[in-house]
Amino acid sequence: MPEYLILLAQKHESFRKTELEALAELEQVPVDLSGHDVNTPLLYVTLDSEEDARRLIRRSILVRSIFEVWGRGNPLERLHEDVKRRTSHLWPRYKDVSFKFDVISYRGSRTKEEQREIIESFSFLDFEGPIRMRNPEEVFTIIEEYNAASVPINDPRVLKDICFGRFIRDGQRDIIDKYDLKKRKYIGTTSFDAELALISSNIGLAAPGKLVYDPFAGTGSFLVAASHFGAMAFGSDIDGRQIRGTPNSNIVTNYNQYNVKSQFLDTFVCDFTHNPIRPSFRLDVIICDPPYGVREGLKVLGSRNTERYADRLPTRLENGDLSHLQLDYIPPKKPYHFDALLDDLLFFAADHLVDNGRLCCWMPTANEDYGERDIPMHPNLKLISNCVQEFNKWSRRLLTYSRRPRDCPSLDPIAKSNRAYKEQFRDKYFRGFSRPKGDVAFDDWEEKSL
Amino acid sequence: MKLLTANFVQCTVKACGSSPDCFPLHFDQQSPDIPLELAHEDVDYSPEFIYNILPRIEWTALLTTARELGNAQLPEKKPEIENPHAPENEQLLKDLHTLLLETQVIQGSMRCANCGHIYFIRDSIPNFLLPGHLVQ
Repeated sequence: MPEYLILLAQKHESFRKTELEALAELEQVPVDLSGHDVNTPLLYVTLDSEEDARRLIRRSILVRSIFEVWGRGNPLERLHEDVKRRTSHLWPRYKDVSFKFDVISYRGSRTKEEQREIIESFSFLDFEGPIRMRNPEEVFTIIEEYNAASVPINDPRVLKDICFGRFIRDGQRDIIDKYDLKKRKYIGTTSFDAELALISSNIGLAAPGKLVYDPFAGTGSFLVAASHFGAMAFGSDIDGRQIRGTPNSNIVTNYNQYNVKSQFLDTFVCDFTHNPIRPSFRLDVIICDPPYGVREGLKVLGSRNTERYADRLPTRLENGDLSHLQLDYIPPKKPYHFDALLDDLLFFAADHLVDNGRLCCWMPTANEDYGERDIPMHPNLKLISNCVQEFNKWSRRLLTYSRRPRDCPSLDPIAKSNRAYKEQFRDKYFRGFSRPKGDVAFDDWEEKSL
Repeated sequence: MKLLTANFVQCTVKACGSSPDCFPLHFDQQSPDIPLELAHEDVDYSPEFIYNILPRIEWTALLTTARELGNAQLPEKKPEIENPHAPENEQLLKDLHTLLLETQVIQGSMRCANCGHIYFIRDSIPNFLLPGHLVQ
């Protein structure tokens, strides 16, 4: 089977394999990705065909390019031998096409002269077509990989491996710039990084024909990302101001900016713990970054004062009119525990996702005390991946779950989570992740309503 | 709010959750403050999406909603479609596309038949937040 080289971005390394696995599933491309190593951007795979190679990475945000491998070896003479052995039968096919050569050096560099020397060493290929630096029909690429820097660092680096490949196609790294928040017309304090939102949509398997929901949509960062990949998206948020924006700058104008308006379904204002989506309605994907209370307060409907509405009677204005029928009525809200919200989210996802539908949920964790048991679980949701983006004292994780098929239910009983809600992330954040003095006292949280 | 969305939202009052009357929400009584306003907005046609979403539609509820909004043209039974790309299904899928995705409620109100609570829609965005006395 033909060998291909995937050249990965050296960014968000913990997400790369998960994104490729998702795309392989979505495009139904059989591939073994076990060779992935977070320490190198080079990943060699075998694929059935060039068509599969194109499909595998055509939506990828973390793949730069994919190449058909013509040979590998170090030093150059061994590479030449391998290229001759593997591909001499292919040369006539490229004899007259326009082409160019590229040299990519990973952890090393070459001067222009050295690059030209390397390129000229491949003259045995005997290509007679025109050399074209712009839009050639074929690009042949020499990809060098050097060993990591040794001590002392100034030592010349040792060449580890050289690959010669025919360029197949690029991923979609070019659209990161298109969706860059700096260029987006409508954003807010909770708008989500474009690159990671697009990656989340890939991992969630957002695709044409599918329905995607973001229950904490804010300014709609995940909605436009999912719609970029052709999914129909809708979102809700308890903060109506973010959902509405202004007449000239809102989620719909963002959709128009990206020319994906036909993939916009709706937005509405609601509290996640009082969600209007009927229980029988199924969703293909849920992608969200739940509010953890640092940039936005985590609140749900209800009153802090439990006595306030004990009589279950509506409030009236001085003139006797019902307050809640006024157009400017603002319902009372109360604080809520982030862990309780995550448990609610998992229950909601288990109820509403189609079989094998995915929940992609971002969650912040403090690096000081992170443990596996901090990951919320539900018997009907299988945790597929836990990708991490690390900051100094905290991290955020993209947790991805798949809805277990309903005809083979989990053996575990479905019960309310009984994990104890610990100190909230926001409280750790605002004390700067320093060790708390003595016992941390925090409010007793009421029984959740599920 | 598009008609597809109207087909999957119900009253958010917890006590209504067990009542069959909490869905669909009704457009039959409109408040004079925000008169009902509908609009047609073009959406690119995707047979794939309509085909995928059709099994999730509550047909009886869709009939009710469409009737309340002035469309009584729908067949009484949900159509069954096996091949979304077959030419004989094209007109039907396009009609459903127009109804579910291109018909918008710009403003108006929706009523729960169980508790009577009214949800307002303004600038195409429904508001499902509840007043204090309806929150449990």
